[in-house]
Amino acid sequence: MAERGVARQFDDSGQKHAAATLGMWIFLAGEILFFGGMFIGYTVYRIRYPNAFHVGSEHLYLWIAVANTAILLTSSLFVALAHHAAGTDDSHKSQRLLSWTIALGLAFLVLKGLEYYLDYQERIVPVLAFDESAIEGAEASNVQLFLIFYFIMTGIHAVHVTVGVAVWTVLVLMIRRARSVVGYRNIVEMAGLYWHFVDVVWLFLLPLLYLLGAS
Amino acid sequence: MTAAAADPMQSFIRSRWGWRDWLLTTDHKRIALLYLLSITGFFFIGGAAASLVRLELLTPKADLLGEEIYNRSFTLHGIIMVWFFLIPSIPAVFGNFLVPLMIGARDLAFPRLNLASWYIFIAGGLIVLSAIIWGGVDTGWTFYTPYSTTYANSAVVLVIAGIVVAGFSSILTGLNFIVTIHTMRAPGMGWMRLPLFVWSTYATSIILVLATPVLAIVTILVAIERIWTVGIFNPDLGGDPLLFQHLFWFYSHPAVYIMVLPSMGVVSEIIPCFARKPIFGYHFIAFSSIAIAVLGFLVWGHHMFVSGQSIYASLIFSILSFLVAIPSAIKVFNWTATLHKGTIHFRTPMLYALGFVGLFVLGGLTGLLLAATAVDIHVHDTYFIVAHFHYIMVGGAVMGYLAAVHFWWPKLSGRRYHEGLGIFSAILLFVGFNLTFFPQFILGYEGMPRRTASYAEEFQLLNVLSTAGASILGVGYVLPLIYLLWTLRKAPDAGPNPWGATGLEWSVSSPPPQENFAETPVITGPPYAYDTMSDPMNQEYVHG
Repeated sequence: MAERGVARQFDDSGQKHAAATLGMWIFLAGEILFFGGMFIGYTVYRIRYPNAFHVGSEHLYLWIAVANTAILLTSSLFVALAHHAAGTDDSHKSQRLLSWTIALGLAFLVLKGLEYYLDYQERIVPVLAFDESAIEGAEASNVQLFLIFYFIMTGIHAVHVTVGVAVWTVLVLMIRRARSVVGYRNIVEMAGLYWHFVDVVWLFLLPLLYLLGAS
Repeated sequence: MTAAAADPMQSFIRSRWGWRDWLLTTDHKRIALLYLLSITGFFFIGGAAASLVRLELLTPKADLLGEEIYNRSFTLHGIIMVWFFLIPSIPAVFGNFLVPLMIGARDLAFPRLNLASWYIFIAGGLIVLSAIIWGGVDTGWTFYTPYSTTYANSAVVLVIAGIVVAGFSSILTGLNFIVTIHTMRAPGMGWMRLPLFVWSTYATSIILVLATPVLAIVTILVAIERIWTVGIFNPDLGGDPLLFQHLFWFYSHPAVYIMVLPSMGVVSEIIPCFARKPIFGYHFIAFSSIAIAVLGFLVWGHHMFVSGQSIYASLIFSILSFLVAIPSAIKVFNWTATLHKGTIHFRTPMLYALGFVGLFVLGGLTGLLLAATAVDIHVHDTYFIVAHFHYIMVGGAVMGYLAAVHFWWPKLSGRRYHEGLGIFSAILLFVGFNLTFFPQFILGYEGMPRRTASYAEEFQLLNVLSTAGASILGVGYVLPLIYLLWTLRKAPDAGPNPWGATGLEWSVSSPPPQENFAETPVITGPPYAYDTMSDPMNQEYVHG
């Protein structure tokens, strides 16, 4: 007979944990291939139009990106601490720490939105508001190609952050309702893996998109 | 777990029959049946589109459908057959049904995710079908840019949306299988005791998980480019159409192995059973599945020999494509060696399995011709290519699928089908298939281009033969549908193990109980121990 609180297909919680962990890593491997398609596209055009990519990068807001990097890394620290707190059955502490993660995730999204707004004002948003005269020093259509990749890559990354924030919010509410974190340790760990992954993707986006033009 | 639950050892088909018990089921066996029903539907839709194509090609002029509708018909045929029949066929139906049974587990690791996969698959399928209302799509299943992004005047974005959605179903299904095979094996079920079907499902799942995300992102990029007219792949705006082909084939070439690896697994189950011998070269077959999955990721450039890629790239891709033939050939030799000095029973599943081997060999050998750049450039975009990949996908994948249907039907339904009808339709299919597609090798070699509704007069005779073959093929597909459905009304009980096969799935009753196993089985020996088993097929020849 199966252990209490463990779904019927599993023999025990050890098997359940092994399955969940492996499943999450495989999912993230798929995510790497998903982002990989974008990174390949970016790399191809960067090699072809190095100057235009440099010029395009100069138009981005490095200070926002740096602030966002700090925010995202700190949020991952809170996730790690929350996971530790869940391991010691400290429900209040893990809730508090995860609330910080949510707040920092939201802060990231707000800053990202602000950055998009500033791009819009500067008229460097392809399709929506693109002014060729705002571009100097390179072929405007090639700079536009850089900006397309910038918007697609940061956009899809932001979607991932949004999903993460939603998952954490639901999880905190569930822990609060259950008044115990014991049943949710697994989910905290799996969502944590996901959150760290989203973090790592950002660490690749920062140099590729922003530091490229910073000199 | 709840006390109200019905007897867990009752057959999974007989136990409760409310709409919730089917549409919200998390039982892998019921989900397999949901997939079976839905992909059968998709198969006949894709088949109808193929019939239109073959009818148009009966005469040299574009007179029946006209160019426009013809393009939309072959595109619909390709998209439905690739993503909504071949990719899910054996993995989603038989992988779902068999993997837990074969490894001695109660279910897949994530049963609810499994159900979600089916809903996602259906949603994707409905989106693609709804595109027919908007006139369908005319790009071919390959969505080549810049045609698909800039010039095509059809429902490209909608169809792409459907394919991306269905792709997530593929990813989740593959993920579920990998985790299940890693973590849910019964005591004693070591890796080298796994049935070869499980090995091939494992290899297939790796491709599903790692290749499908690339298809998702590249088709999303096409949709973005099409909606907002930006220049990701459009050379006028600085983009590169070749980048699309690289990313597309990075998925779509391994996808060929998603279709054919599971069939190889099926054949590896059937041949030892009907030759009454342990499989020859178990380890070689198991690892050649993995080798095919790995090498399959490294050969996509052979689709681009004439697309303007560097000749050095073509050279490397050509060599790597030759390498894939090695593990494939290893399997064929091992199946042949299994037959050697075996007590061979030519029952329906065995005929399909042998048909698979023969047709796959022809498809594979012509693949070697195409891996050589000189030949490929000569026959590129001709019917030679069409014939080649249909030998792999229909002669290989569909034959393997039907072999699986006929081998495990008694297990799945608990009923026996009419053996004579089964043998008749297997032979009919083999003849119809060759009559349909062999003439296309000659047509292609003589220079008839593909993707065109009209052709030169001198090609008509072979096209008439091909269309005639297609109609025989059509009968060969409808016939099993009829006699298998008939078994549900009236047919003898199959008993737990009508073929005298090894494997845990045959140790439980037919159809299997809801819980699969009364208690977790313990495995003490290697698979395919046919040398120690009695042969029920020697004693009696039961008619349906």
